[in-house]
Amino acid sequence: MHPALQGLLSIVLGVGGCVAYFYFSNQFLDKVLFPGRGPNAGRNITRANMIRPWLFLLPAIAALSIYLAYPVVETLRLSLTERLPGNQSQFVGLANYQQMVSEPKFWEAMRNNMLWLLVVPAFSTALGLLAAQLSDRVRWGNIAKSLIFMPMAISFVGAAVIWKLVYDTRPVDQDQIGVLNALYLFFGGSEPNTWLTLPVWNNFFLMIVLIWIQTGFAMVILSAALRGIPEETVEAAIVDGANPFQVFFKIKVPQIMGTVVVVWTTITIVVLKVFDIVFAMTNGQWETQVLANYMYDKLFRANDWGVGSASAMIIMLLVSPILVWNVYNARKEMR
Amino acid sequence: MSGIAGTKSSLTWAVHLSLAAMVLLWLFPTAGLLVSSFRTADQIATSGWWKSLSASEQNLTLRTDAPDQQVNQNGQFVIQGNLFDESSQSQISRWGTNSRSISDYAAGDTAELRKGGTVTVQTNGDYVMQSDEPFTGKRGTRIFVTAKSPPEFTLRNYNYVLFDPSNREGIAKAFFNTLTVTIPATIIPILVAAFAAYALAWMDFPGRALLIAVVVGLLVVPLQLALIPLLRLHNDIGIGKGYVGAWLAHTGFGLPLAIYLLRNYMVGLPKDIIENAKVDGATDFQIFTKIILPLSFPALASFAIFQFLWTWNDLLVALVFLIDSTGDTTVMTKQIVELLGTRGGNWEILATSAFISIAVPLAVFFAMQKYLVRGLLAGSVK
Repeated sequence: MHPALQGLLSIVLGVGGCVAYFYFSNQFLDKVLFPGRGPNAGRNITRANMIRPWLFLLPAIAALSIYLAYPVVETLRLSLTERLPGNQSQFVGLANYQQMVSEPKFWEAMRNNMLWLLVVPAFSTALGLLAAQLSDRVRWGNIAKSLIFMPMAISFVGAAVIWKLVYDTRPVDQDQIGVLNALYLFFGGSEPNTWLTLPVWNNFFLMIVLIWIQTGFAMVILSAALRGIPEETVEAAIVDGANPFQVFFKIKVPQIMGTVVVVWTTITIVVLKVFDIVFAMTNGQWETQVLANYMYDKLFRANDWGVGSASAMIIMLLVSPILVWNVYNARKEMR
Repeated sequence: MSGIAGTKSSLTWAVHLSLAAMVLLWLFPTAGLLVSSFRTADQIATSGWWKSLSASEQNLTLRTDAPDQQVNQNGQFVIQGNLFDESSQSQISRWGTNSRSISDYAAGDTAELRKGGTVTVQTNGDYVMQSDEPFTGKRGTRIFVTAKSPPEFTLRNYNYVLFDPSNREGIAKAFFNTLTVTIPATIIPILVAAFAAYALAWMDFPGRALLIAVVVGLLVVPLQLALIPLLRLHNDIGIGKGYVGAWLAHTGFGLPLAIYLLRNYMVGLPKDIIENAKVDGATDFQIFTKIILPLSFPALASFAIFQFLWTWNDLLVALVFLIDSTGDTTVMTKQIVELLGTRGGNWEILATSAFISIAVPLAVFFAMQKYLVRGLLAGSVK
């Protein structure tokens, strides 16, 4: 069958199936199982209303457990076992983790991930805050915002191509077609650099791509927060003679600190999962490996499920403080 | 608001200038890709794209017509024509017949050819070769010119990448594959999530708070953990690698955000409407389909845009759950990564393919930005 037709069919089946499930299961509950009339009408209605939420939730719960909850448990199990021939597996304790920490590539990935964690959220948030503050003060601010926000819509792979052109290198005697080398030579550099193969520095050139994408996100959220600041506080400060910088750093920023934390943690999670950019631009060569790409290498190139799962668990471990923090906050808010 | 009398004007200028600088900096990389996709391979390889916007001086190597085009005029063997394509408006300033001295002659001069005969080249590229002996050889004579060309753009790359049937690396097929993945993967999770979100927002049952907490927790679970277990599961139940697997995976991974966004929105809907409807005897199912769903349109649109952008731009899920060894189901992101590997230097193909792949999300972005921003504001955990 043609894939487009298959797609159409699956939309019909998926959506139609959902509607049919919700409709008929509700009908069944109200008409057959606990009919709302007859001698036990009152009790039946109460019972039906106890069951109904679970009817509404069932498909979502099923999908969430199969596609997110089960894999966490299963990955944990896989990271503690070794694959044997013939679909067998054997419990090996922490051997996979031991093997992983003995590999220099893993530590390279850890080091780089930590670098990413320090640099990307900091710069994205700071630049986003700057863009938000600047664009709120000019009349063409909305256009500026939407242009800075635009990279959010571009795929990491597309961004990789865009930035590879920026970092492109031509031999010394030719015109440079990459902006970075052209600028470098213009400002007195001796010869063009292949930026993506310069160890340690190349990490920063990859990070710039993600900062470029995430700044728009930070800007949008922070701009909304800045607008939510009560006017009186700012006016009071101005009356007291505060200059614009003092107003910004002493009055505005402290009031949106909560939002800054949210933006920071959200970008942190994106950074921990960063894969496409590294995969497309350097594939972890020249000391640019990161955890997610290391894991992909182990799983699908080396076919080592044990170590691959172990490194996935490391990513999970790094995410979990944020997970706990989010859940804690969400519960606090609901009370 | 920030009206401090004395400092205002200089500060306002600083704000305008720094914001303009920032916007330009953010646009510059993308502009490079867009401009490059309209240039020929030669142009991209010989000069930076920022120079293409003004007339540029280039050194080119061109060829005259081959000797089989020569005609005999009054005992003289003559080849004549124009060195450029018909449409070109380049202007030659200096030229030469030897690669080591490419600017020996000015336009209009006549040069002796090494193999005998003479050649004259005019500013507009017209040339005349004359000799007493017939010209021999298969190919034309090389002429090295220094020419000033006006900005020149072409749609040839797009034609080649999208429509040329001889181009096996064409992106048209991948484009449709991406579309096939994206649309069902965007639509299916919405309904599943909407019902769940309604239950979590407006129905009272034990365990509700716990379930909401679980959803918030699952929001940040890395996709990476799901790869191997789910691939095995798909293989075991016979889905294998293919569209169905990719749709299911995208649905599963999109659900936490969908439920979270929709629930947050539905909780904020006015309580009176729902209670009045209940008093009038409406069932939960009716309340949901007749009242909640239409009222939640902005939240549904927000999520739909998120999910669309995310599935369209995704690489990892496609690599793991969709693309099998035949490569028939390849998506654009994967195709571009492959081009980066095999055609790393062919910027005309890369730039064009990449721009085609980002054009659709960009269009959606600019058309529905309002909903995207709204979704972002609701979606970031406060």
